Amino acid sequence: MLVAIGSTLAFAAIVWITVVNTPGWSDVQRAFFAPEIAWAALPKIWDGFLLNLQVMGLSVITVGACALLIAAARTLRGPVFFPLRVLAAAYTDLFRGIPFIIVLYVVGFGIPTVAGVRIPPIVLGVIAVTLTYSAYVSEVMRAGIEAVHPSQRLAARALGLRHGQTMRRVVLPQALRKMTPPLMNDFISMQKDVGLISILGAVDAVRAAQIWQGQTYNFTPYVVAGLLFVLLAIPTIRLTDWYTARLRSREQSGSIL
Amino acid sequence: MTALLRATGLWKAFGEREVLRGVDIEVARHEVVALIGASGSGKSTLLRCLGLLETIDDGQILLGDQDISDPRIDANRVRARFGAVFQNYNLFPHLSVLENVTLASRVVHKVPKHEAQERGLALLERVGLVDLAKEHPDRLSGGQQQRAAIVRAIATDPEVLLLDEITSALDPELVGEVLELVGQLAADGATILMATHEMAFARDVAHRVVFLDAGDVCEQGPSAQVLGAPREPRTRDFLSRFLA
Repeated sequence: MLVAIGSTLAFAAIVWITVVNTPGWSDVQRAFFAPEIAWAALPKIWDGFLLNLQVMGLSVITVGACALLIAAARTLRGPVFFPLRVLAAAYTDLFRGIPFIIVLYVVGFGIPTVAGVRIPPIVLGVIAVTLTYSAYVSEVMRAGIEAVHPSQRLAARALGLRHGQTMRRVVLPQALRKMTPPLMNDFISMQKDVGLISILGAVDAVRAAQIWQGQTYNFTPYVVAGLLFVLLAIPTIRLTDWYTARLRSREQSGSIL
Repeated sequence: MTALLRATGLWKAFGEREVLRGVDIEVARHEVVALIGASGSGKSTLLRCLGLLETIDDGQILLGDQDISDPRIDANRVRARFGAVFQNYNLFPHLSVLENVTLASRVVHKVPKHEAQERGLALLERVGLVDLAKEHPDRLSGGQQQRAAIVRAIATDPEVLLLDEITSALDPELVGEVLELVGQLAADGATILMATHEMAFARDVAHRVVFLDAGDVCEQGPSAQVLGAPREPRTRDFLSRFLA
């Protein structure tokens, strides 16, 4: 413990001294890490960040619902559901392949043009995020559902549970544990991509930072916005680790069955 | 005795492989029938087909006087009238023992929660598992898990119990406690069709033994006769290999 602390401090000191003594460091510091600019820009960037949070919060709900439907469609069995399975598969292929920024352009500028009305960027952002991330998340869900051993489904059907009851009571609770870590990764990924809604003209954290940057010719506002996204992601990452560890310790034998 | 469960001419193929080739079998009310045969002879498939856990290619299955092989019937309702226990227990790992036992009562039969729990606890008490009711299945030994699985199967008072090699995955010293429980159920008048390799148990507890070979019934009759003095050479061959 003491050794770890000591070596960490020594290492940090060496890095700090090296960086500070590097020629040009003061220019870098002035351009990217100017405290007074950071402080001045923070309120506007924070306001923008709240917009990112709104888009994210709404998207979590819409992505969750849409992805579950797509995953359910892909796991349906029987020849009757063939068209539905193909449709769901084609959707996930398509939207995992298209760069998010293209979806954003098409939705963000295409829909208002065709519809001929003004749609708030927040709504357009949620639609674009949902279209893309439902494809990713549904694949995670499908993998989680299929990772539950068929004998579990068999046991549930043997008790007389219907398909829906089997999914809700037996398959999904077990699948959820298996899909939590990859789902959280997608969630963190989504937190970052929400920053791209700035191209729709919404004044989110990134756009606010850009405005400040344009006025001051200083890049510190971008660093501030970036830090806000990092701070948002860290709890999610820690929560994921904690949750996974807890579930694992509670149901060690689950995967053997 | 009239048959409670009667199947005639059951055919089932998985791709090219014909697993059941015109099986006729019946089980009377309160009867215990042991299904014996080599691995791959179709025992498990037969049990699954009878319990509507597998679709059949041809044939007819009657439960009571209802044709349950009719594709128009509600298969879920029929499945709820069977109790099935599997080789690998298949308890639900995310639920406690008591929740495993009461799931079907609550969800399928819409029994109020406290009522289902009361009955579940009473059954667990009877098989000596009441202290483990709140535990998750992974805390239980194999024998305890399998007894819990049996309780789960009988919790809804099924008309027929289908037991699929329920002791095959157990350590030898745990087989006894599970068979003892099945013996009790038989003594209480349960209707049981069980695939098994426990010949001594079949002789002592089963009323009849059915020997399945290559997807068809080769010989059947009273346990003592089939196991003690088999008529068919194939039965004799199987039993001798088995006891060797």
